[in-house]
Amino acid sequence: MIKAVMVMNTQGKTRLAKFYEYLSVEKQQELIRGVFAVLCSRAENVSNFIDAESIFGPDSCLVYKHFATLYFVFVFDSSENELAVLDLIQVFVETLDRCFKNVCELDIVFNYSKVHTILDEMIFGGQVVETSSSEIMKAVEEISKLEAASNAITLIPKSASGWRSR
Amino acid sequence: MGSQGGFNQSKEFLDLVKSIGEARSKAEEDRIVLSEIETLKRCISEPDIPKRKMKEYIIRLVYIEMLGHDASFGYIHAVKMTHDDSLIVKRTGYLAVTLFLNEDHDLIILIVNTIQKDLKSDNYLVVCAALNAVCRLINEETIPAVLPQVVELLAHPKEAVRKKAIMALHRFYQKSPSSVSHLISNFRKRLCDNDPGVMGATLCPLFDLITQDVNSYKDLVISFVSILKQVAERRLSKAHDYHQMPAPFIQIKLLKILALLGSGDKQASENMYTVVGDIFRKSDSSSNIGNAVLYECICCVSSIYPNPKLLDSAADVISRFLKSDSHNLKYMGIDALGRLIKISPEIAEQHQLAVIDCLEDPDDTLKRKTFELLYKMTKSTNVEVIVYRMIDYMISITDNHYKTEIASRCVELAEQFAPSNQWFIQTMNKVFEHAGDLVNIKVAHNLMRLIAEGFGEDDDNGDSKLRSSAVESYLRILGEPKLPSVFLQVICWVLGEYGTSDGMFSASDITGKLCDVAEAYSSNETVKAYAVTALMKIYAFEIAAGRKVGMLPECQSLMEELLASHSTDLQQRAYELQAVIGLDAHAVECIMPSDASCEDIEVDKGLSFLDGYIQEAIEKGAQPYIPESERSGVLNIGNFRNQDHHEPSHGLRFEAYELPKPAVQSRIPQALLPSTEIVPVPEPMYPRETYQTPVTPIPSNPSNAGSAELKLRLDGVQQKWGRPTYTPETSTSNSTSQKSVNGASAVNSTRETYASRKPQVEISHEKQKLAASLFGGSSKPEKRPASGHKVSKASSHMVEKSHVPNSSMEVASEKTVPAQPPPDLLDLGEPTATSTAPSLDPFKQLEALLDTTQDASAANGATAASRSPDVMALYADTPVFLHNKDDADLLSGLSNPSVTNMPGATARPQLTQSSSKGSNPKDSLEKDALVRQMGVNPSRQNPNLFKDLLG
Repeated sequence: MIKAVMVMNTQGKTRLAKFYEYLSVEKQQELIRGVFAVLCSRAENVSNFIDAESIFGPDSCLVYKHFATLYFVFVFDSSENELAVLDLIQVFVETLDRCFKNVCELDIVFNYSKVHTILDEMIFGGQVVETSSSEIMKAVEEISKLEAASNAITLIPKSASGWRSR
Repeated sequence: MGSQGGFNQSKEFLDLVKSIGEARSKAEEDRIVLSEIETLKRCISEPDIPKRKMKEYIIRLVYIEMLGHDASFGYIHAVKMTHDDSLIVKRTGYLAVTLFLNEDHDLIILIVNTIQKDLKSDNYLVVCAALNAVCRLINEETIPAVLPQVVELLAHPKEAVRKKAIMALHRFYQKSPSSVSHLISNFRKRLCDNDPGVMGATLCPLFDLITQDVNSYKDLVISFVSILKQVAERRLSKAHDYHQMPAPFIQIKLLKILALLGSGDKQASENMYTVVGDIFRKSDSSSNIGNAVLYECICCVSSIYPNPKLLDSAADVISRFLKSDSHNLKYMGIDALGRLIKISPEIAEQHQLAVIDCLEDPDDTLKRKTFELLYKMTKSTNVEVIVYRMIDYMISITDNHYKTEIASRCVELAEQFAPSNQWFIQTMNKVFEHAGDLVNIKVAHNLMRLIAEGFGEDDDNGDSKLRSSAVESYLRILGEPKLPSVFLQVICWVLGEYGTSDGMFSASDITGKLCDVAEAYSSNETVKAYAVTALMKIYAFEIAAGRKVGMLPECQSLMEELLASHSTDLQQRAYELQAVIGLDAHAVECIMPSDASCEDIEVDKGLSFLDGYIQEAIEKGAQPYIPESERSGVLNIGNFRNQDHHEPSHGLRFEAYELPKPAVQSRIPQALLPSTEIVPVPEPMYPRETYQTPVTPIPSNPSNAGSAELKLRLDGVQQKWGRPTYTPETSTSNSTSQKSVNGASAVNSTRETYASRKPQVEISHEKQKLAASLFGGSSKPEKRPASGHKVSKASSHMVEKSHVPNSSMEVASEKTVPAQPPPDLLDLGEPTATSTAPSLDPFKQLEALLDTTQDASAANGATAASRSPDVMALYADTPVFLHNKDDADLLSGLSNPSVTNMPGATARPQLTQSSSKGSNPKDSLEKDALVRQMGVNPSRQNPNLFKDLLG
């Protein structure tokens, strides 16, 4: 099963963290720091796999992928296949990209709940339930539509695009 | 979807994110977050906050908690949000609670009701949100509250809901198997779901269930195989394709399940062969996901009942992985190789060079994986190289977790496969020196026991040589600063026990060193205690030998210090030392018999030696001793009187006194009995107390351990030492390879022998050498001038493993007709003058050789068939398969001169190297000792030693 999903930027700031077993906030932070320390020390053009047993305890692997300013990190146990998880990250990022059109770091920060929705459609209780990004998109869009219909919440206009050019 | 790229958040949140993003330091970030927390605390408790605002506050809370700050003040508001009717608010509430709370949180009780209601909702999105919360927040106690609804949802018209309901049920099973055990059949039912997505999701719980209990699911093999077949044949809709692969994630899951079901089950496995073979063929090896499926196939093939054809396909894929430029694929290749060598060990040899490349790769992950592979393929023939490499790597890393792991692996391999005691001790020294405080204390105890017991054979001479070499190496190592405590304990113990036993070092040398240790590590009481006890032993041995004992001044001052020590243990030891020194030779010898650490200490539990004394006392009118059990309670009084009556005449006759065996006279004088030798000292036990008699070479064998009164504290340590680990196969391979090497050395100058160990100038040579020592069991000299008959045997097993001068190859092929390589193999070796032109890169040659041999064997059906067993035989190094008997004879003849050549000092290291792996430990020990005397350290000899020697 998948133990944790993390997204952090190259400076070590957490952008998304989801642990599929409950961990205290302190423990989560410790793990995130540990992961970041390892990620930093990785050279370019090496494998995407890290032996994570020293951070997450026995029977844990870590697969990460580096996109622009972000690291996508999946931690899982031996019941998953490393290469497949690498593709799972690909699916996740592809979906984010379809959802946000050229996804960037800020999209993830500001659309926190939506990113979680996407992730929840993919991974449910630590198990991978959906691996097709179009299926995930369909589900997410449906949720958005229903949310929009069931609420009269006025969305704040797209005034913040300026932040992107930070 | 409406808000693509738009940030539908308020200005405050944007500001917060921005300022945190711009924070220069962690402190600044904390300050910003703390002020945000203050703001939120104030805002969130205001009455009548609009829903939209509230939702945003909650999102901000989640964000704060993600950054590592406490947001617990807002949890209750998140819980309240889940009660809301509006979908978006409810979903946000659920998201927040799943991130904030754990299943045992107090607030859960407020949510369960909502979840129950939501699971019945008409809106499937509400149901999904609730199921999501169920996965995370329901604990064993609350499972029954939601279980009926979840089971109902398994038949929900929406597949997304069915999928999630299955997962929720799976989660329940993980948390409390008993609560859902009656519902397990639902997983089987859902396997037949119309929607492939639901079917795929069902594989997750089934995988878990099958992992726990394979046998109950054997009937599903056929179904799984047919599902896999349909998936692989693209029967699913295109929508399930991923990177042109049909539902690869489902394939992977199914292969994993099949691997479990087929493990050790021939019948089940036979059903799988076709479909797995199909997938091998159909998977696209150019995409990442295709390789993931292929890797899973290899895992499956190596787990199920072996099938030669599939194993071949697996080997092909592995070689493709290993040859790839991608580190990921190399990693998978190494991992797959580690799985496959369990079934077909010979495959490793084809990839030896790739493996060595991985070992030297800058990628740490890959390196570790490769070490794992090496660990799996260690044999007595390559243990030295592998452990040498491991220790090198261990020294270079700082990660304590992995350092511990690799240190314990070194120890394990060394214990299991050590070619000689000498080597074992040296290896242990290195491990202790660099990772001493990380290894298990039992390892130290094991080492002490080994030194004390020696080989467990009747070879006192060898044992004492071993001990003196240990003492010598320890005295040298003591010069190093900051040794780990565990290692110091071993050193002190060995120095105390054997420091002066061979007469090489005087008592004052050793005691001086021991005092230095006690002084240098004065904060470590355990080490000090070991040092003091060692001192006591040295002095005791001196007194017993009738020599005059003069205490060094530093020793005296140490004693004075310890006599006033705060530690009662140290104080006691110091006083004992003082007392022992004051005794006469005979008494001392009884207390501290020399080299008796392995002797059983007879414990007379009944204290029968006191009988006379008691008798005397009783006659004088003393009260007899009454066991505690008989003392208490009114009912026992009669009993007590009864005994009181006839006891005086017969001496003491309590039950407890009859238990001890008819006493073999204890070696310990009675008056001194309650000394440290018997009284268990709570913390630092004397190692000598913990040893058993070396009745057998494997004393910790539980079957005979029972008899000993004082049990070893080494229980659980695998004591593989001395056990004959050499399989007949490897020993024959040793002898043959040795023959060839020695044959070479006999014909040519002794320098040629060196060549086999000598680090070459070109890296490829070194690598090749390493490969040979890792995989081949022995290395081959590659610059040997070709002299046909000599190489004939060697070349035949070098064809794949190492490069051979081509001219010699030709000669070889002429001679060994059945093993003759097809003509194109010869063509390949264009430069026939190679033997005289060592500048040619033999590495490349080998690669070329490797390729063509494979091609050739594939092309020429008939030749290949006759060849392939030969090639196998060559890997195994077994001489049985040698076709040309004459060659073998020739070789054995050739080996003779080398035997006579043995005393030649230059030939020694090589000889020792190979012969020490022989099955006769005595021989190897002697040889080791010889080598030692010449200052050649066998464990270090490759490759650094020869670098020194040869420049």
